[in-house]
Amino acid sequence: MVKYIGKRIVYMFITLFLIATASFFLMQTLPGSPIASYNKLNDTQKAIVEKKYGIDKPKPVQYAIYMKNLAKGDLGTSFVFKGKSVNDLLATRLKPSLILGAQAMVFGTIVGILLGMLAALKHNTFWDYGSTFLAILGISIPSFVFASLLQYWIASEWHLLPVGLWNDGWKSSVLPSLALAMGPLALSARFIRTEMIEVLNSDYIILAKAKGANGFEIAFKHAFRNALIPLITVLGPLAAGLVTGSLVVEQIFAIPGIGEQFVSSIMTNDHATIMGTTLLFSAFLILVIFIVDILYGVIDPRIRVSGGKG
Amino acid sequence: MKNNKWLLLMALTLVLSMFLAACGGSKDEEKPADGDDKDKDAATEEPEEKQHAKDEEGEPDAEQVLYLAESAAIPSVDSSIVEDQVGFNVLNNINEGLYRLNQENIAEPAMAAEEAEVSEDGLTYTFKLRDAMWADETPVTADDFVYAWQRAIDPATGSPYGPFMMSGVVKNATAISEEKMKVSELGVKAVDEKTFEVTLERPVPYFLSLMSFGTFYPLKEEFVTSKADAYATNSDSLLSNGPFVLTNWDGTSDSWTYVKNEHYWDAENVKLNEIHVNVVKDSATAVKLYQDGKLDRAGVSGDLAMQYRDDEEAVIQPETSVFYFKFNQERDGKETPLANENIRKAIAKSFEKEDMADVVLANGSLPANFLVPTNFTFDENEKDFRELSGDHLEYNVEEAQDHWKKGLEELGVESLDLEILGGDTELSKKMDEYFKSQLEGNLEGLTISLKEVPFSVRLDLDRNQDYDIQVSGWGPDFQDPISFLDLFVTDGTNNLMSYSNPEYDKLIEDSKGELALKPKERYEAFAKAEKILLDEDAAIAPIYQRGLIFLHKPHFKGLVDHPFGADYSYKWAYISGK
Repeated sequence: MVKYIGKRIVYMFITLFLIATASFFLMQTLPGSPIASYNKLNDTQKAIVEKKYGIDKPKPVQYAIYMKNLAKGDLGTSFVFKGKSVNDLLATRLKPSLILGAQAMVFGTIVGILLGMLAALKHNTFWDYGSTFLAILGISIPSFVFASLLQYWIASEWHLLPVGLWNDGWKSSVLPSLALAMGPLALSARFIRTEMIEVLNSDYIILAKAKGANGFEIAFKHAFRNALIPLITVLGPLAAGLVTGSLVVEQIFAIPGIGEQFVSSIMTNDHATIMGTTLLFSAFLILVIFIVDILYGVIDPRIRVSGGKG
Repeated sequence: MKNNKWLLLMALTLVLSMFLAACGGSKDEEKPADGDDKDKDAATEEPEEKQHAKDEEGEPDAEQVLYLAESAAIPSVDSSIVEDQVGFNVLNNINEGLYRLNQENIAEPAMAAEEAEVSEDGLTYTFKLRDAMWADETPVTADDFVYAWQRAIDPATGSPYGPFMMSGVVKNATAISEEKMKVSELGVKAVDEKTFEVTLERPVPYFLSLMSFGTFYPLKEEFVTSKADAYATNSDSLLSNGPFVLTNWDGTSDSWTYVKNEHYWDAENVKLNEIHVNVVKDSATAVKLYQDGKLDRAGVSGDLAMQYRDDEEAVIQPETSVFYFKFNQERDGKETPLANENIRKAIAKSFEKEDMADVVLANGSLPANFLVPTNFTFDENEKDFRELSGDHLEYNVEEAQDHWKKGLEELGVESLDLEILGGDTELSKKMDEYFKSQLEGNLEGLTISLKEVPFSVRLDLDRNQDYDIQVSGWGPDFQDPISFLDLFVTDGTNNLMSYSNPEYDKLIEDSKGELALKPKERYEAFAKAEKILLDEDAAIAPIYQRGLIFLHKPHFKGLVDHPFGADYSYKWAYISGK
């Protein structure tokens, strides 16, 4: 197991390195200069400013310098926010995004699992159709539509929670988290329902029933654990979905998060920030996928690697 | 049976979700097309019927706290480096130059104690400073101005506006910015602690209006150098000499607070104690926050503008940015069909501008038959330059079709394919579609293809003259028609369409030289130049003068908006009857 994890960590760094390399050179193909004021500077100034940012050097040299700094954890200086390091920029904006993402993920999966179980256990009843309906809504409607609806009804009309902004403590995080949670919620409900129905019909459950185990025990101890595996598989992509979903949701609720920064850095050609956010998102995803793979082993001993000892 | 239920449910859900998605579709944040010039364009006074929110007198409330939204974060508040709308706005409210635009938008002495003394040849300006303090209770001195101006012109600073504003204006500025002279040779001098003297390269009639511009604000050398690279990177590394002090700003945050500066020389006239600002990029969100009482003013753009423009709290704010077609006459080293004058005139006259402004933009924008905006510059009798210069290139299909026929004959072709280069916001796209239908409908044999790209890409294509027709715009940096007319002189840095007319160049040159001290003749030269540019040459085709719509709470009074430089002064604003 230790060997396996070690190998995976090496792979993670290789992946990150490849992503950094690819985005570095792709970014160079963006039209326009990263220096926003380029049109206003005279030639002397341009030369000085380009030297200051190190973009007067040949691309391979720039790449080498960037990678060297990256190895030290230095993401460079933003072109847009004058004199500010990308590390600081991301650090201040990471917190709201992380809070929203984590809340959405936890709330979404837990409620989703409960709904899915409910649907499976009360198969072909009102509960089943109700939760399925909710799941389909959650899958087919993008998070920003939920965001607008929640904002309109709960905040604007009923004044229960703030309309937006990030200055009202936990209250500010509720609506955006809910909007983001709909995706994970729907997906996990659907997965759990399908799996549970299948598992509940399998032989060992019938055996458990025959042995006289009660319904609760069957549902949680026997059926649930097996139904969880396919859900774990999609947790990685789900986390990715949250990141992309947060771009828009953060904008709707005027939250100073990182998603919005990603888009605007591309629009303004802020090379250092584009690299910084891309790498941060990638690292996050790679990490989630890694954790998911480890979780497999915990839940299903059959998937465990290295010798199958378990 | 089970399957059928499923299908039905799915179909229902799909229909429902489409409907819901359609409801939520209006959330693209749109700035009404982007200006060539960083969008730093502000507004003039408001039309009278919409003034209610501002002009009614009222007793200030006990609590003077204001809540505002900005559309972007602050990239920088270093006065030498600032180049964007938000940055200039912050500067204007936390610092102050020799002059400040007053409530009537006239530059009046601020850090200067009295009107400047101008030498007879118009080359030397002497400013007596008032007894003003920095927020650290040290006096503002002439040295602070010398330092700030030298810092801005020093090419090593990389100031976008230093050389841009000073070159050809302040003595030796051009040479210094090209490293051909030393910074200390700039035409500025601290005669004594409270006397600041500027020597100009040539007489500049609008020089005093520049003194309210952020780049010319004072900087305390000791403070700036003590902070070194950290200067102006957060609210602790800033030194204020204006009506407010900036707090709660960490350099990249999406919110900040202005607090009244008790050491400001005119503090007794500043009524607001706190202004809380949040970045809200989505106009729909801003409107909801406004309706929920979380904001005292909110910008309304895109589709929302049409929805809210008749709201009783809506205020239309005409700006001084003008948008126009640029006709590129040379692409890839070859003449384009737009090098033909008749073709240009045909296109310029073939689209309806009233509908464009009222129906397509629907945000308070005005149709434009001019380059120098209305309600922006005035002659020595306070008469709007527009009255002097009149309308040019008005919509006229018949004339357009005549020109078109002639043009095609001259080119020896029967049809033309042209490209319109525009922005990628929803509004720009809507606008481009309108142009396409108007031009193709009115000019037989014309096919328009649309190319819609982000702002930075458009700048790049502009720089390389890689377009046929471009929807472009300009917001002025100072209050003079030259701010617009200078754009299109031969080889002007913003010409970038190979337009050249020696007669036009001469008029602009004269306005800077022999006519500089003759205001009447100078304005006549401008009027003539504008006529040549538009009526005679149709080098560009004006489209509209931008307007913006805001929702503005009636209890928020005394806000002053400016036609150039910073957008707003909060100095005189107050809350009454909240």
